Amino acid sequence: MPEGVFVGFAIVIFITMLLGFIRVERGPTAADRMLAAQLFGTTGVALMLLLAEAFQVPALRDVALVLALLAAVTGIAFVKRANQIQGSETPGGTVS
Amino acid sequence: MSWMDFLVIALLIVSTAFFIVGTIGLLRFPDVYSRLHALTKADNLGLGILILALALNSASGLVSIRLMLTWVLVLVATATTSHLIARAARESGVEPWVKP
Repeated sequence: MPEGVFVGFAIVIFITMLLGFIRVERGPTAADRMLAAQLFGTTGVALMLLLAEAFQVPALRDVALVLALLAAVTGIAFVKRANQIQGSETPGGTVS
Repeated sequence: MSWMDFLVIALLIVSTAFFIVGTIGLLRFPDVYSRLHALTKADNLGLGILILALALNSASGLVSIRLMLTWVLVLVATATTSHLIARAARESGVEPWVKP
C-alpha cells in the first residue's frame, strides 16, 4: 500500500477537524464549544493512527491513546467546572 | 494492489465520509443536543471503520488488537463525556430545539 494513500485521507480528516473551529467561534453556548473539543479528540485519534501507518511511526499510536484519554478528561473537567460557576457564560446561556 | 488493498481503501473512503458528515452535523444542526447526536455517533462510527481498515492493512496481529482496544477506549470515553455534557446543558436550562 503506497503511503500517499494514508496521507491523503489524513489531510481530508484534518480539514474536517479544522472546520470544527467554526463551531468554537460561533458558540452560542459553552457546551457547543466543548463539542468542538470532542470533535478534536475523535478526529485527532483518527489522524494519529493514519499517520502512524503512513510513516511507520508506532509511537503515534500511543499519542492516539493519550488524545482519547485527554478528550474525556477535558469533557469531565468542563462539566465539573460548569456546575460550580454560574457566571456570564454557563453551559446553558441563551440559545439563539 | 491486491483485493485486500481495495477493501482497505474502500473502508477508508467510507470512514472519511462519516467524519465529513459528523462535522457537517456539528456545524448545521440547530441545538446542542442534536449536534451532540451527530458528532458522537457519526465520528465514532467513522473511527471504527478507519480502525477496521488499518487493522486489515497491518501485518501484525498484535497491532490490530491494539487498534481495536483504542477504539473501545474512545467509545467508552466519548459515551461518558457526551452524556455528561448533555446533562450539564439540560441542567443549566438549554431547551431542546423544536420545529417552529
